[in-house]
Amino acid sequence: MSIITNINKLFDHRIRLGIMSILMVNEYADFNMLKELLGATDGNLASHTKALEKAEYIKVEKQFIGKKPNTRYSTTALGKAEFNKHINALEKLIHIK
Amino acid sequence: MKQKDYLKDISEIKNLMNKSSRFISLSGLSGILAGIYALIGAAIAYYLVDTYSSGTLLLDGWIFRTVMLVLFLVALFSIITGILLTTKKAKKNGEQIWDSSSKRLISNFLIPLVAGGIYILIILTQGKYGQTGGLMLIFYGLALVSASKYSIGDIKYLGFIEITLGLIAALFPGYGFWLWVIGFGIMHIIYGTIMHFKYDIK
Repeated sequence: MSIITNINKLFDHRIRLGIMSILMVNEYADFNMLKELLGATDGNLASHTKALEKAEYIKVEKQFIGKKPNTRYSTTALGKAEFNKHINALEKLIHIK
Repeated sequence: MKQKDYLKDISEIKNLMNKSSRFISLSGLSGILAGIYALIGAAIAYYLVDTYSSGTLLLDGWIFRTVMLVLFLVALFSIITGILLTTKKAKKNGEQIWDSSSKRLISNFLIPLVAGGIYILIILTQGKYGQTGGLMLIFYGLALVSASKYSIGDIKYLGFIEITLGLIAALFPGYGFWLWVIGFGIMHIIYGTIMHFKYDIK
């Protein structure tokens, strides 16, 4: 049972899992980089980043590069811990079955 | 979700982690060509020194200047070939040639290399050229190890080999030339061939 509880509902989506994967290995990523790598639309990506931000798994920084607004994302310590738990749970599930 | 979906999740996670942090379109073929250029350059240098000087190199002599020019041309042609072939491969892989992963790769490669290059130029002007071959190998090896985190991890081992050869060259400066030939010529050809068959041909 404990394995199932470690499967995080918040990560139960391709785009969210993708955002977390990218942010785990990069110090930060901006909106366009995520969009290109994940092949998501603006609206779709924005709604998923918002969900992760609300859970405080990722941190959002808005800044200006010249005159262009730039949003960049990074993981929080909580997000990293939760993601690792989720991955371990996934791996266990695969090995058990 | 079924097991199949979890497996797909894991492979997608791995794929995204690699794609977002590593630039993997390095061409093996360009390594082979760089090795061949190095061998040609070394042969020219060897011929010049062997024919026109009695085994000693004078820093202000024309032979030395020609050898430096040959070295510079070897580096230049290797870089141009590398850029051309890597661009071609990146296009084929649908990978961006100038994105955050390739930028990180280049800056991590260049920092040890440029620092080493400047250091070598400084000690050359002080007349200490016995260690040049070894130092080139060591700094190039360090550059490869430092870049390997942002590219195909395998280039780390080439880096270790270059560093080892460099240290041997430092111990035996008399063999510096031959170790340089092994490190920049033969190792590039061997390594490029391995990379070519491991990653390019698919």
